[in-house]
Amino acid sequence: MGATDAAGAAGPAGEAGPAAGVDASRTAAERARRAVAAVWRIESARIVATLTRFVGDIGQAEDLAQEALVEALRQWPAEGVPNNPGAWLTAVAKRRAIDGWRRRERLDERYAAMARDLEQGGAAASDVFWDPDTIDDDVLRLIFVSCHPVLSREAQIALTLRIVGGLSSDEIARAFLVPTATIQQRIVRAKKTLAAANVPFEVPEPNEYPARLASVLQVLYLVFNEGYLPASGSEWVRADVSNEALRLARVVAGLMPREPEAWSLVALMEFTAARFPARTAPDGSAIPLDEQDRTRWDRAQLGRGRAALAKADGIGRGRAAYGLQAAIAEQHAIAPSVDETDWAHIVVLYEALGRIAPSPVVDLNRAVAIAMSTGPASALLVVDELAAAGRLAGYAGLPAVRGELLSRLGRTDEARVELELAARMTGNERERDSLLAKAARL
Amino acid sequence: MKYMLIMRSNDAAVEAYEQLDFNEVIAAMGAYNESLIKAGVLLGGEGLTDAKEGFVVDFDTTPPVVTDGPYGETKELFNGFWIIQASSAEEAAEWAKRCPLGPGSKLEVRRVTELEDFPQDNEWIQKEAGWREDSDAAIKASAAAAAERRAD
Repeated sequence: MGATDAAGAAGPAGEAGPAAGVDASRTAAERARRAVAAVWRIESARIVATLTRFVGDIGQAEDLAQEALVEALRQWPAEGVPNNPGAWLTAVAKRRAIDGWRRRERLDERYAAMARDLEQGGAAASDVFWDPDTIDDDVLRLIFVSCHPVLSREAQIALTLRIVGGLSSDEIARAFLVPTATIQQRIVRAKKTLAAANVPFEVPEPNEYPARLASVLQVLYLVFNEGYLPASGSEWVRADVSNEALRLARVVAGLMPREPEAWSLVALMEFTAARFPARTAPDGSAIPLDEQDRTRWDRAQLGRGRAALAKADGIGRGRAAYGLQAAIAEQHAIAPSVDETDWAHIVVLYEALGRIAPSPVVDLNRAVAIAMSTGPASALLVVDELAAAGRLAGYAGLPAVRGELLSRLGRTDEARVELELAARMTGNERERDSLLAKAARL
Repeated sequence: MKYMLIMRSNDAAVEAYEQLDFNEVIAAMGAYNESLIKAGVLLGGEGLTDAKEGFVVDFDTTPPVVTDGPYGETKELFNGFWIIQASSAEEAAEWAKRCPLGPGSKLEVRRVTELEDFPQDNEWIQKEAGWREDSDAAIKASAAAAAERRAD
């Protein structure tokens, strides 16, 4: 076995370690590192939100939190993990902030009062838990700032995963297949940009709210898709990043319980993730929805998706883009088979989606649904219109669907040409074989 | 990854629990559950009724014997569970430690199996793949036939 193979073999197997339980044989330092990472995962958003309120700047708050983590790595191996580790980290970070102000001789009356409060608390200060009246609002502010439009999309993603999700730069780098240094640079620059733009630690004003919410949801959906779409990299990391996006979407929906699109995004992700176990063939290639073994879908997760969509619908403000996509996914989720799917309903959902979020891929999907509900002739009209408009040039799905429709209409020669064209265009080997086999059978 | 937090309590803990103010117990557990929900990690969970209502199906003999609960020799009764999403065993442990339980109670934390945990060359897994291919072919054939029947 070559060096590359050995490294490859060690990858997923070596990483399976944490799953095997809390290993007693690890060194104290390694156990502390893992305990600190676990606490950071759970508490990062609340720690940084609390510190941002304290120091007024998200970048400085994150730096202070990181210093507190370093302190934890020093103290916890000897003294054990404190009872309330999130509050401990916050208190350490606050002390550091005050020390910094003192050093810079900027200890004005306001800071002096904060310092007194903290010092009088003494040991008890680390037991002070988050103020329940403000912490949720502060976490929500943090999410909006992390996805602020002055930041590039990449910076929004890195900052959100780091601060709100509590991932390390290493973990983010592995998920996005870039060097750790790249992620670190993105985070440093993001913090500088927020400071330069003087971005306030506030939720957006009503007139900006819809666009800013859309930006938050889009960041989460992009992260989710990063894990979902087949790409290079080991499978387990990528499923992890999707699950993290789903977790954050649940957090966001919980913080904005009156926003139907937040719940709808949760629903869409739950439905999509429920199909993860059925989406890959043993050779690693992607299995399309209509060929998936539905007994492998995660029923409990589909149930959570339906509950989330019901919550969105219950708000009574109708369905927007995520709501309609979730509703389409729900139709597939509840159908026992392709044949027993309510395709007519799916056509209507695609029509609505195409109007509020026009996309040629949505139109192509609508055509497939039309073929399943009313037949190939009317579907072909839609596909021909798409082909004439040239909006899906280079997309193998277009000739693949067109070929399928033509073959069902008995236009065999034209069908064969289209299927062979699709086979030449697709990058997926499994799909290519399937298309060529279909063409050969005509 | 998914972890199951399995709650087990001995008789003393159950008795102590019965002495507590019910509203306080409910409030503490409710706050714990809410913290799991807010963090987006709670996937499921149930509490169980009194073990006296339960029974045991014992496979020591063939056919298995059904005996009334609780569980004979067992000193710790299983009385509820949570399933949470966590990125590591340590994170699951951190959540477990926050559960408002007292002396005599334990949370056993177990990782839930995923598809990848099973050997893919196992005979039954291969059979399942085979069934899948057969049913796929059947589904596609019937879908195509249905589409043609409906053709306009």
